[in-house]
Amino acid sequence: MKAPIDWLKDYVDINVSPKEFADAMTMSGSKVEGIEVQGEDITKVVVGKILTIEKHPDADKLQVTKVDVGSEVIQIVTGAQNISVGDYIPVALVGSTLPGDKKISKGKLRGIESYGMMCSIEELGLTSEDYPDAPEDGIYILPKEEELGKDIKEVFGLNHKVIEFEITSNRPDCLSIIGLAREAAVTLKTEFKKPVIDLKEEGDDAAQYISVEVKDTELCPRFAARVVKDVKIGPSPKWMRDRLKAAGVRPINNIVDITNYVMLEYGQPMHAYDIKDIKGNKIVVRRAHEGETIKTLDDQDREIDSSMLVIADEERAIGVAGVMGGANSEIKEDTSTIVFEAANFNGTSVRLTAKKLGMRTEASGRFEKGLDAENVEAAINRAVELVEELGIGTVCKGLIDCYAKKKEPRTINLRVEKINDFLGTNIPKEEMIGILKALEFKVDENNMTVKVPSFREDVEREADIAEEIARFYGYNNIEATLLSGKAATLGRKTHKQIIEDLIKETMIACGLSEAFTYSFTSPKVFDKLNLPMDSELRKAIVISNPLGEDYSIMRTTTIPDMLGVISTNYNRRIEEARLFEMSRVYIPQSLPLNELPHEKPVLTLGMYGKLDFYDLKGVAEELFARLGIKDYEISPEKDNAIFHPGRTASLSIDGEYAGIIGEIHPDVAEKFECPERTYIGVIEIEVLVKKASMKCQYTALPKFPAVTRDIAMLVKDEVMVKQIEDVIKQRAGKILESIKLFDVYKGKQVSEGMKSVAYSITFRASDRTLTDEDVGKAMTKILDGLKRNLGAELR
Amino acid sequence: MKEQLNSIRMQAEQELSNVGTITELENIRVKYLGKKGELTAVLRGMGALSPEERPIIGQLANEVRASIEGRLEEVKSELTKKERGLKLEKEVIDVTMPGNRKMLGKKHPLSIVIDEIKDVFIGMGYEIAEGPEVELDYYNFEALNIPKNHPARDVQDTFYINNNILLRTQTSPVQIRVMENKKPPIKVICPGRVYRSDAVDATHSPIFHQVEGLVVDKGVTMGDLVGTLRLFAKSLFGEKTEIRLRPHHFPFTEPSAEVDVSCWTCGGKGCRVCKNEGWIEILGAGMVHPKVLEVCGIDPEVYSGFAFGLGAERTAMGRFNIDDMRLLYENDIRFLKQF
Repeated sequence: MKAPIDWLKDYVDINVSPKEFADAMTMSGSKVEGIEVQGEDITKVVVGKILTIEKHPDADKLQVTKVDVGSEVIQIVTGAQNISVGDYIPVALVGSTLPGDKKISKGKLRGIESYGMMCSIEELGLTSEDYPDAPEDGIYILPKEEELGKDIKEVFGLNHKVIEFEITSNRPDCLSIIGLAREAAVTLKTEFKKPVIDLKEEGDDAAQYISVEVKDTELCPRFAARVVKDVKIGPSPKWMRDRLKAAGVRPINNIVDITNYVMLEYGQPMHAYDIKDIKGNKIVVRRAHEGETIKTLDDQDREIDSSMLVIADEERAIGVAGVMGGANSEIKEDTSTIVFEAANFNGTSVRLTAKKLGMRTEASGRFEKGLDAENVEAAINRAVELVEELGIGTVCKGLIDCYAKKKEPRTINLRVEKINDFLGTNIPKEEMIGILKALEFKVDENNMTVKVPSFREDVEREADIAEEIARFYGYNNIEATLLSGKAATLGRKTHKQIIEDLIKETMIACGLSEAFTYSFTSPKVFDKLNLPMDSELRKAIVISNPLGEDYSIMRTTTIPDMLGVISTNYNRRIEEARLFEMSRVYIPQSLPLNELPHEKPVLTLGMYGKLDFYDLKGVAEELFARLGIKDYEISPEKDNAIFHPGRTASLSIDGEYAGIIGEIHPDVAEKFECPERTYIGVIEIEVLVKKASMKCQYTALPKFPAVTRDIAMLVKDEVMVKQIEDVIKQRAGKILESIKLFDVYKGKQVSEGMKSVAYSITFRASDRTLTDEDVGKAMTKILDGLKRNLGAELR
Repeated sequence: MKEQLNSIRMQAEQELSNVGTITELENIRVKYLGKKGELTAVLRGMGALSPEERPIIGQLANEVRASIEGRLEEVKSELTKKERGLKLEKEVIDVTMPGNRKMLGKKHPLSIVIDEIKDVFIGMGYEIAEGPEVELDYYNFEALNIPKNHPARDVQDTFYINNNILLRTQTSPVQIRVMENKKPPIKVICPGRVYRSDAVDATHSPIFHQVEGLVVDKGVTMGDLVGTLRLFAKSLFGEKTEIRLRPHHFPFTEPSAEVDVSCWTCGGKGCRVCKNEGWIEILGAGMVHPKVLEVCGIDPEVYSGFAFGLGAERTAMGRFNIDDMRLLYENDIRFLKQF
């Protein structure tokens, strides 16, 4: 809401600077977005009169002029062709400034000196929309004689200081000059000059001209009309046009301008009809018929339906209630008798109608917040008062007012102590009452109750009263306290949160950096991932109003997003990246969704560069170790279409699936523009949380020496080291301490299809020094087992 | 024999003074004191001496031995020192060469901010609550005093799955879930991901993160809210930080406020970062609306509470001077490594 300060001053004394006023209003709840000083960037631009025009001796397209600017006559060289001697024009003098940081200085054009510039409407930062008489390309010729040397800002009415307020949705009453003036008065502790309307009503009885019937009082609780005859349509006076422009509204003609002026001043949208277009001289407020159409003021044909309220005459709709008037009854140059409408419409209905028609207007934006039906009368009276003031018509006697049911004002208890307890303040009763009275609440000091004014629909209960008091007491005067004397609570994280933190720490310690990616994605990713058509992952939740197809489903897998991140980095020629993300995937129980999905937290790993599968596996193993998870298995996974069939493993903990790690299938890597060797892991956080064990018990350090034996064996290529280790563990007996793989070799001296595998095996007993015999026996059993089970040959 | 011994002593001393290496020194030791050494040979000849001479010569021989041994030790320690010195000289390395670093990963700037906030509030006795991102209309709107057709619904540009299910537009629904499941005293913060249908640009993202706070107990005051937020702002932005509350409107709090902190760059004097305001808006807050308490079965006549919420992206951007929100979701490793 843009409020010119001089307009506010009609209703309140503003005794501080615009900046101080803006700050004070912000701190009492009417947030100021900005202070606009109109024409701030225009200086030293004055009215001039062209005395002579001569052709430039050396340039066909230039003219040399002499211009009287009041104090002197100056020479200006111009390229403009639309000027003639005697024209009054805006002149930017030497040293002047224009919008867009333009400065005018003395110049020489083709050898002839020029002491200023004549301005077009655009050069003054105005638009030809406001000045339809301005030529498309040329100097603006002032429409009438003006005092020479007069500041052009005065000529254009560019001297308003305008405060732009951000009004919250609960305060439609503040979308008006009067509402803001009321707030300003309480804020500045000055007087609110409540308007008093004085009408002459010199015409005959309005009821002779028009009758009103409201058929749906639910959607239209109040409809008021007034008639004005002998109307002289023309431009409204300059002061009114200036104020409208300063408030951001384009002036049209005096009657339309009055409706807009009253809307801005009172916050009540209004409309004016040409009475000769109202068939049967009767206004009917009804729901639209199915299939009905109306051409609105913006010249669009609209289809309306029975959910919408229309203003109609006996035959047809002449306006969409609360949204826009109809073209069929608009004010025209020859209009002579008009009907003003000020009405109260159901906010929700207006909102839905405007939404359905795709036309949110200034009026609908106000109605949808819920306006005060009481305000209708004051607003329509103000409109006709302005008609009388401007002398542009004769106001007929009587207000035609269909007011179905006046709302009883709300009564709320005022418990001073309770409010102070709630705010943590010690505000005296008198101060509370003072604030409320200034806000036009009626306070019954005997019963300590307040009656809420009709324009404050937002005030429903004591907490709202507390806010009113706190706003003007000053939020920042409330003493800061720290829940002293309240029950102590223990701040802590849950087991799940602790484990999640540990996972994150471990990833960082393993050299992975944390990524954040979007949780919605494109349905196209499933094909790019090579997923079969019946894959469960394809069953994703669809967003009904997405930002676009790329963001239209909730992800069921994080792999495409991690691949996207890798691709971004790889395409920026970054050699290596190691990343992780902890986020959710959204698994519907059924589709279409009728209960909330399972939001499954997953840990996603992604890496490429100078690294391989074992770097990724190392991260998983480090994580299990950190979380105290011992019983895990990492076994080959050949059947996941996203991954390389020979370089992928699934993870399980105590037999429960815990994730997958591996190299991305080259087809997938290619589609996502990732390097061929891209490694991805997805680990189920819920399983980690369930299996993690933070129990830690100390084991005594060994007292007796260990014995280490190295063995190397030849086995078939397809034998996996895990099989060898299983045999060793199984056969070595209790004295086995650890086994360590130290060499795997294929090539020279090892026949085709075989590999050499070498281990260090360490034995130790906790109660004695092992003998050669102890160790020998164990080794024999191990070798025996390896030979029998795996066909291993000792080297 | 006496002469012999004295000459051995002199000779040995002579040789010892010219010794250059430990090996030479060892040779000298063997030459004089070894089994076949010169001194040993002399001592072996002692048997031929008269009983009167024997103790005299014996004593002398011992003196000579002790003297040579003493010198040997001296020279040895000198030589060792010298040789170690030479060795150290040869072992000089270029300490300006890069260290063998275990390259640690980095936490995302959003995580850094969210984790810090969690720590501050855990220190003040809060627990961390979580809730679903795909949420029921009831929790995201209805229960928060935003009924169907409420104008505030338009402002929030909600992504819908269907009429009843949506992507939460705020972390506030977690408040309701907490109050439904727990009796006061309640002190929680709820960090989480939220969704609004804003096109992506330097200052907007359809996905962002909020941290919500909720306290409900007997006798909680607006002063407690002010004090809590002030302590929080000082913990997060520095001891000198001040806060300012401006009245505002949220459907689920009453009174409601927008909260500014004094600019972290200029300290309130006015600069580019705070657009010359001296203040930067970081959160919304207020006293929990009595209707919201009632919806959760908590009697507003007995209990009161406050709630607040802040955007993690804006806080992180301010904190780390990040000028484009898109960087946070692009995950260029060169960006991520900076934090």
